[in-house]
Amino acid sequence: MKEKEKNNTSQYILEVSNLSKSFKKFKAVDNISFKIKAGEVFAFLGPNGAGKSTTIKMLTTLLQPDEGEIFLNGFSVLKNKAEVRKSFGIVFQDPSLDSELSAYENMYFHAVLYKIPKKERQLKIKNLLEMVDLWEKRKQVVKKFSGGMKRRLEIARGLLHHPKVLFLDEPTLGLDPQTRQHIWQYIMNLNKSEGLTIFFSTHYLDEVEKIANKVAIIDKGRIIERGSVEEIKNRQNSKSLEDAFIKLTGNNLRNDEKAETFSRFRQTIRKS
Amino acid sequence: MFNIIYILWLRQIKRYWRSKSRIIGSLGQPVLFLVALGFGFAPMYEASGQGNFIQFLAPGIIAMSIIFTAMFSGMEVLWDKQFGFLKETLVAPVSRFNIMLGRTLGGASVAIFQGLLVLFISSFFGFSLPSLGGFFLALVFMFLIALFFTALGTAIASMLEDMQGFQLIMSFLVMPIFFLSGSLFPLEGINQVLYSVIRMNPLTYGVDGLRFGLTAQGSFSVGLDLIVLLVLTIVSLIIGAKLFSRIQT
Repeated sequence: MKEKEKNNTSQYILEVSNLSKSFKKFKAVDNISFKIKAGEVFAFLGPNGAGKSTTIKMLTTLLQPDEGEIFLNGFSVLKNKAEVRKSFGIVFQDPSLDSELSAYENMYFHAVLYKIPKKERQLKIKNLLEMVDLWEKRKQVVKKFSGGMKRRLEIARGLLHHPKVLFLDEPTLGLDPQTRQHIWQYIMNLNKSEGLTIFFSTHYLDEVEKIANKVAIIDKGRIIERGSVEEIKNRQNSKSLEDAFIKLTGNNLRNDEKAETFSRFRQTIRKS
Repeated sequence: MFNIIYILWLRQIKRYWRSKSRIIGSLGQPVLFLVALGFGFAPMYEASGQGNFIQFLAPGIIAMSIIFTAMFSGMEVLWDKQFGFLKETLVAPVSRFNIMLGRTLGGASVAIFQGLLVLFISSFFGFSLPSLGGFFLALVFMFLIALFFTALGTAIASMLEDMQGFQLIMSFLVMPIFFLSGSLFPLEGINQVLYSVIRMNPLTYGVDGLRFGLTAQGSFSVGLDLIVLLVLTIVSLIIGAKLFSRIQT
């Protein structure tokens, strides 16, 4: 392993400073900074179009920031992408499995990409597929899976290379309450047993209240509130995180949301 | 490095092999061309004393099958972009050049297989199979045509955002490349302007080399065909890799 750029004697696994990103004249992320301790469950919240996904893309090397610096597991996301990529796992907002391959093949493909030794591959895949209750379905092609099964498989895949941080971009979107509960159970078990740091975004604020240690709320590209759920509720004088969220971000339907809804509608039409 | 290239190659092969409708569907057009043009123009061609038309036409149809499959394979990047799978490979700790190379080799292998199927089918239309040496020479040209067009498809797909541009590319790039390559008609005695355009087309050299391997007849020297195609393939791989490495999702 390469030497870390940042002497990470501090307990922070992720450090973001003065991060900005614009698309033409639109400033999607505007000078945000935050730090996450190893083992924390960090919820990154915001209305649609607030800059959550753009931030996650920058943190996970998919998008080049215009300004700012990111250190993940002590490695600079800008200068040492390969080491950073080994340090995190990700479950994207939209499915990212190969639907023509089986569950096992999707896992095996990931194992090779992440250079997991050949001898260990089968056992690791088996353990993780058993963890998400998909071992029996390992030979089935993914296109025959339900939304919940796909999500479980993506979580198992994201954990295959033992990442330090797991990014989850709206991991329970569109799933039934039972599946949502199961998914959070797998994740929280890993957080407790292995100290895995969780960075997630969601619109289900009840989930955040149950599981997050720390929360940051982003709106119009800027972080407008941060702290524990209780701290935020107290500061906003609100009974629930949802109330606090509405107080902070307002009641209006965003133009961005309308645009995103339209874009998703178009995508769905194209996919179908 | 080889493991990465291999697994990406294998993915392309598995996807192709599992899509029986794609295999059968993509044979429709070559068979139609062999039937319609082969039987339609054969009497005229043979009456002019130029020999067996199927012997002339089959290498062109094989090349057509290869470029259509190769471009489609290259453009699968768009498919993966749209359905999310590309992100899985782009966040992996591997070089994007290796990802691009694995995908391109997979796409090229699929295209060669498709070309070999058309070669086999051509024999039922009266095409005489070549000697072993000729076959291997033809295989080299099939590989270069397939690699060049898969890399070209990847390069184009890396710049596009969605599948809507795909049909445009097929209509305004692939079809002219095919029709203006000497695949369907001999180059001797044609209009000078058209001839100049055809000489600038990379596929012209691929078809000529392929035809030489399969039938021992060609318009240019095999050495020239080989050098031109080899250089262009390397250039398209470099450009494809460069554009692929710049993809931001």
